[in-house]
Amino acid sequence: MDIILKEIRKTFGRVTASDRVTLAVPGGTIQGLLGENGAGKSTLMKILSGYLRPDGGEILLGGKPVVFRHPADAVRAGVGMLHQDPLDFPSLTVLENFMSGRPGHFFPSRAAARRRLRELAATFGFAFDPRAYLDTLTVGERQQLEVLRLLSLDVRVLILDEPTTGISAAQKAQLFETLRRLSAEGRTILFVSHKLDEVESLCHRVAVLRAGALAGALTPPYTTAELVTLMFGRPVVPPQRQPQAPGRPVLELRGVSAVDDRLRLAPLDLDIRAGEVVGLAGLTGSGQRLLLRACAGLVRTTAGTVRIGGRDLTGHAFPSFRGHGVVFVPTARLEEGLIGDMDLAEHLQLVHPPRGLFIDWPRARATADERIREFAIRGRPDTRMRELSGGNQQRALLSLLAPPLALILIEEPTRGLDVESAVAVWIRLRAHCQAGAAILFLSSDLDEIRAHSDRIVVCFCGRSSPPLDPATMDIETLGRLIGGKGWDREAAG
Amino acid sequence: MIRARSLWLRTGGPVIGVGVAVLAAAGLLLLAGASPLEAFRQMGLGAFGSVNRLADVLVVWGPLVLVTAGLLVTFAAGLWNIGIEGQIVMGAIGVTGVLRLLQDAPLPPWLVLSIALAAGMTAGAAWAVLAGLLKTIGGVNEIFGGLGLNFIASALILWLIFGPWKRPGIGSMSGTEPFPESLGLPTLAGTRLSLWSLALGLAAVGAIALLLSRSALGLRLRAVGLNARAAFLLGVPTWRNLLVAFGLCGALAGLAGFVQVTAVYHRLIPSISSGYGFLGLLVALIIRYRAVWVVPVAAFFAAITIGGIQLPIALQLDSSLSGVLQGLLVLGVLFSDGLRHRAAARS
Repeated sequence: MDIILKEIRKTFGRVTASDRVTLAVPGGTIQGLLGENGAGKSTLMKILSGYLRPDGGEILLGGKPVVFRHPADAVRAGVGMLHQDPLDFPSLTVLENFMSGRPGHFFPSRAAARRRLRELAATFGFAFDPRAYLDTLTVGERQQLEVLRLLSLDVRVLILDEPTTGISAAQKAQLFETLRRLSAEGRTILFVSHKLDEVESLCHRVAVLRAGALAGALTPPYTTAELVTLMFGRPVVPPQRQPQAPGRPVLELRGVSAVDDRLRLAPLDLDIRAGEVVGLAGLTGSGQRLLLRACAGLVRTTAGTVRIGGRDLTGHAFPSFRGHGVVFVPTARLEEGLIGDMDLAEHLQLVHPPRGLFIDWPRARATADERIREFAIRGRPDTRMRELSGGNQQRALLSLLAPPLALILIEEPTRGLDVESAVAVWIRLRAHCQAGAAILFLSSDLDEIRAHSDRIVVCFCGRSSPPLDPATMDIETLGRLIGGKGWDREAAG
Repeated sequence: MIRARSLWLRTGGPVIGVGVAVLAAAGLLLLAGASPLEAFRQMGLGAFGSVNRLADVLVVWGPLVLVTAGLLVTFAAGLWNIGIEGQIVMGAIGVTGVLRLLQDAPLPPWLVLSIALAAGMTAGAAWAVLAGLLKTIGGVNEIFGGLGLNFIASALILWLIFGPWKRPGIGSMSGTEPFPESLGLPTLAGTRLSLWSLALGLAAVGAIALLLSRSALGLRLRAVGLNARAAFLLGVPTWRNLLVAFGLCGALAGLAGFVQVTAVYHRLIPSISSGYGFLGLLVALIIRYRAVWVVPVAAFFAAITIGGIQLPIALQLDSSLSGVLQGLLVLGVLFSDGLRHRAAARS
């Protein structure tokens, strides 16, 4: 079935997630959709599958305009989406999951569903125990089940959002085989990924999104360099680091590994010295988030040792790290970083408790006023955090960090901020470095990483590169590494 | 226009809630074949018709305020301390245990009472901290943990009254052997009202109001209640503060148990908590964090409780109607609160 997206627009607050994207996908092809995090891939696909409603634009399916109010509308029209995080029911069985979302009877026939599941699984060489509970399955198996479920609903268009995150190499090969077969049967596949080699090997055509807009569309033959250029654009901000005299070691990792539900961190050595800024590059889910949390004791390490300021803190929890001057600034400001219903004065008293039992509120407000001036926060001491804009929330978070600090771990320091706020954030962070702190940060903005890091560590599928010198790295090489290319040559991690 | 609207949103909600509750209660009374106006009048008379009635209201008010003050702490920390009933019971058991042990000892009564008070508060706090440990270590939601601990506490008190602590001869629902008058809090002549109970209640509200609004501990408790994850990352030891909140609330519940034993019943009875724990939860739900409101709202609920006793006498209605009215009030206020939030979110 041919798909045409016409001038699709979608904004979330001040962020434009989809900026008049027009894309035509002929039936029976595998269309790759490539882009950085936040480029608008998922948004566009959620619009096509009815999870989000566009602010403007039109969707044509097989030449006919359609309006989806609900994912079920899209499924009825033959469009199904496999989400990045499986939207299934872990506490139900395989069969029950397979049967969910099916229109029709109040008492569906389990026997018929079981037969259908067995047929479909046999066709594609999958093996399922219908009675097994879903939480005993691997991510890859859950994905296979979801594909079968969508096929049983007779979808003609299948959207897969980052489907290869968290599945094994064998499962990936099996998935690609299935997708090729479905496309040969005439179904249209939309394959969203940030991994260059997957898109190159699987897709018939590639569209690249950048900052919500269509940056370009390619059909083979094309070079990896072309893809990288389209994905990341040209560097706008030139590197502006001042070389820092290396101080005493602040963070020493030896053979550190950690695991979360979808990723295993390959053993890693890393040293960071006082005054240094190290940037973690990589696309979401490549391991940089896990690594950052392991350095704060927020995730238990499964191997190796973690030393902070020369002291072995392996296996300690976050409060112990914090006691040794490690702070963690999360990306989800209102969920993890700040207390939305409290004001700045209260936050400051929380982080720097008063000497006695009681708080001198007039003085606390005066202190907050000083910070507000110093950090140019647009708000008052009694403005609740959730009423501040994103940039001011980030400034408020930074105003809570008081020296002496050993190590600042920070996720996406300038995500969602305008240029002016972003500059202000980095001036603050630099000041902490001058005072002897080290910074380890992750960012999905390559320009930010290149501009502010003394060294760069690239993560891909849980592997981490040795620290790289940004002066010798051009954006293309970095882009290749992030997309998982050239790892054995450039970075024998 | 916007100002007027927001003022209406802020104050109109509870008024509508109370109005709806009263109308619903009136409808129920009509169904029962009684005149609502007459019923409300009788309840008013039952609560305020004489000095003795007023004293009875205040007998309820004292422990109810103590319990509610404690619940403000756990609410601030984001906890549903359903185990409050068991904490009152354990406090009362602790008090009774000490009094039984020391009633024949050659000690001045004030000292025995002080030791009993400390024991009651400790027992209540320990029972609450147990619920907290179940939550922080075992991951047992405090609602379920509290329910389980309530059952255990009521089983324990029955066992004590019918077993080891039974009256000479035969154990009965009327409780243990009464303590000598010297081991009770002084009461006003002809009533069960002790000024000590009122003083303890007022002191508790004052202390909790001060704790929550002015102290560093109160700030930490509120931070944990509003966003435990962010508080943790900002360096607030989460589980320790949860246990402190449980402990403070349990201590005040134990204090309520102390008042019940030493001022009201002068012995241990099976229903020693009089249901004030659950009643306190209702009061705390209505007033949220505004500690000063404990005083009037608890008085209102105490008046409904006592006034309801008049219904079967004057109108042959069941006195449980007062419980229905209290429940309707809470539902009405919460419902109008919810509507208000939705309206605010939409505008």
